[in-house]
Amino acid sequence: MANNLDALLARAKSIREDIVRMTTEAGSGHPSSSLSATEVVTALYFGGFLRHDSKNPHWPDRDRFILSKGHAAPVLYAALAQSGYFPHDEIMTLRKTGSPVEGHPNMKRLPGVEASTGSLGQGLSIGIGHALAARVDRKDYHTYVMTGDGELDEGQNWEAAAAAAKFGLDNLTLIVDRNHFQQTGPAEEVLNMDPIDGKFTAFGWKTQVINGNDMREVLTALDRANAVKGMPTCIVSLTHKGQGILNLLRKLGDTNFHGKPLPLKYLDEALAEIAAGV
Amino acid sequence: MAGASSGGLQTKRELGKATRDAFGRALEAIGENHPEIVVVDGDVSNSTRTEWFGKKHPDRFFNVGIAESNLVGVAAGLAASGKTSVIASFAAFITCNAYDQLRMSVAYPGLNVKVVGSHAGISIGEDGASQMGVEDVSLACSLPGFVVMVPADEESTKAATKAMLEHQGPVYLRVGRPDVPKIYTVSSASFQIGKANKLRDGSDLTIVANGIMVSLALDAAEALESQGIKARVLDMHTVKPIDRDALLAAARETGALVVAEEHLAHGGLGSSVAYTVAELHPVPIRYVNLLDQFAESGAPDELLEKFGLTAGKIGEAAKAAVAAKKG
Ligand SMILES: Cc1ncc(C[n+]2csc(CCOP(=O)(O)OP(=O)(O)O)c2C)c(N)n1
Ligand SMILES: [Mg+2]
Repeated sequence: MANNLDALLARAKSIREDIVRMTTEAGSGHPSSSLSATEVVTALYFGGFLRHDSKNPHWPDRDRFILSKGHAAPVLYAALAQSGYFPHDEIMTLRKTGSPVEGHPNMKRLPGVEASTGSLGQGLSIGIGHALAARVDRKDYHTYVMTGDGELDEGQNWEAAAAAAKFGLDNLTLIVDRNHFQQTGPAEEVLNMDPIDGKFTAFGWKTQVINGNDMREVLTALDRANAVKGMPTCIVSLTHKGQGILNLLRKLGDTNFHGKPLPLKYLDEALAEIAAGV
Repeated sequence: MAGASSGGLQTKRELGKATRDAFGRALEAIGENHPEIVVVDGDVSNSTRTEWFGKKHPDRFFNVGIAESNLVGVAAGLAASGKTSVIASFAAFITCNAYDQLRMSVAYPGLNVKVVGSHAGISIGEDGASQMGVEDVSLACSLPGFVVMVPADEESTKAATKAMLEHQGPVYLRVGRPDVPKIYTVSSASFQIGKANKLRDGSDLTIVANGIMVSLALDAAEALESQGIKARVLDMHTVKPIDRDALLAAARETGALVVAEEHLAHGGLGSSVAYTVAELHPVPIRYVNLLDQFAESGAPDELLEKFGLTAGKIGEAAKAAVAAKKG
């Protein structure tokens, strides 16, 4: 476990480096929204939770990960590239004309992408479909969905929350990347959805609240989610938007930093902060 | 979205502001003297530019979060109580995500809700297809009673915003993200709902365009002239109601048409023009549009080139239309 933990922490750093590098190269995109989600995505792809095979992306028995907050595509692209779904250097073509590494995930063009997202609020419903299909097909794969916290403003999530509970989908885990910001400001101010865990509990879900930037807590929470029977699990993952480069974002006076790439002149500073792991 | 490289489309003309900026400024200015105007946002006011109104009038500005269905319902309620509701989000989200709400809560009762779709078309660039409204005009045209406007540049968008706010009843206004070439001046920018602007006269064919395709139509007309083909150019800024008189005159007097729009083939300006011309005075028509496909991420100008929205393609279509008329 200790060795595994060290390896995962190193992996998370390299995912963060990829996120920052590819968005700075692209000159647009959402690095801060990607950085908050890095521990969870790293744990899923490299911590033994997602059963998957990059050489066989449509393997029917694979576990599914749906990034409903599609603007955080860079964290997904980094994980997919480092898992071998496509050549690693392709991440540097992010958002460029002709590249399948698009601004938001496109399942028709990029292997490993489970859902085309970018219009917020739709991933959980898609995840329910996968989970129901597993039941119909008597397969034991697990479906993970990640939404943002702001994304929970979308009513479709709550329609989906009720449905997942109705079907008792214990093969479905929702992770809410609770980074406390959305596009125009603090999530509590734009539209307060607190208590998120209380709402999911009320809908009939098993809920956990964890520090989602602490790899150990993430691993434990995903283990626990796998053990739940008869109901879906929601992990409210408390994170920081821009985790890994928070000092730099504070210096720049913007700890939301929504939808902005780091200017090239700050790239080295960002990479140094990621490497130092503050 | 919020952070993607800004800047303007490539052009030999003088670049003006993006049409979303022009809308934001006009709303801010007109809102000053019109206390009945309220704005509802879906967490994108810094993208759609309604934040400029919001900062001046926080008491008449409501951010309901990322919840377009709820957003449209709230705007309908405000309008039903006598307000002029202005709502703005990405064209793709406000039309597609809340279509049933637009249909039932706004169009059916004919409420005074002004729906503004920003980030229209593929010229938003890098964010890719999920964020590109390429079917919005078709959907808006399918809402009974809606006026549908697609202005071409900064000044005409300001005039369109004024016309939209003065009009009683539901309106869809389409605006875009990049800075676009100037076509009108403050004084020449007339925007009369349902009345096309003739920007150039010609006798061999008529190019009917709206949005960013207007400046490209003018570029194409200039190029065609040097090849001996005289093209009339109509800025068909209102798709619904369409200017039947201008289309009848164009069909009669020039005998061939090209329709250019930054939209899918189905249900947009091309469909409307064809429907009208087929009824009034059938002549050959050719089309320049996005056909039946999603676009992708890329630099705006590169995407316009890749998906065939160029002056060159308009020129080719013009020659084909003229040839069909002779044949
Ligand atoms: C339906 C829809 N409406 C609006 C947007 C524009 N948008 C993109 S990201 C974002 C904020 C998302 O906030 P959150 O879910 O908290 O994600 P974070 O970036 O904080 O991780 C918004 C409003 C969108 N992509 N989809
Ligand atoms: Mg958030």
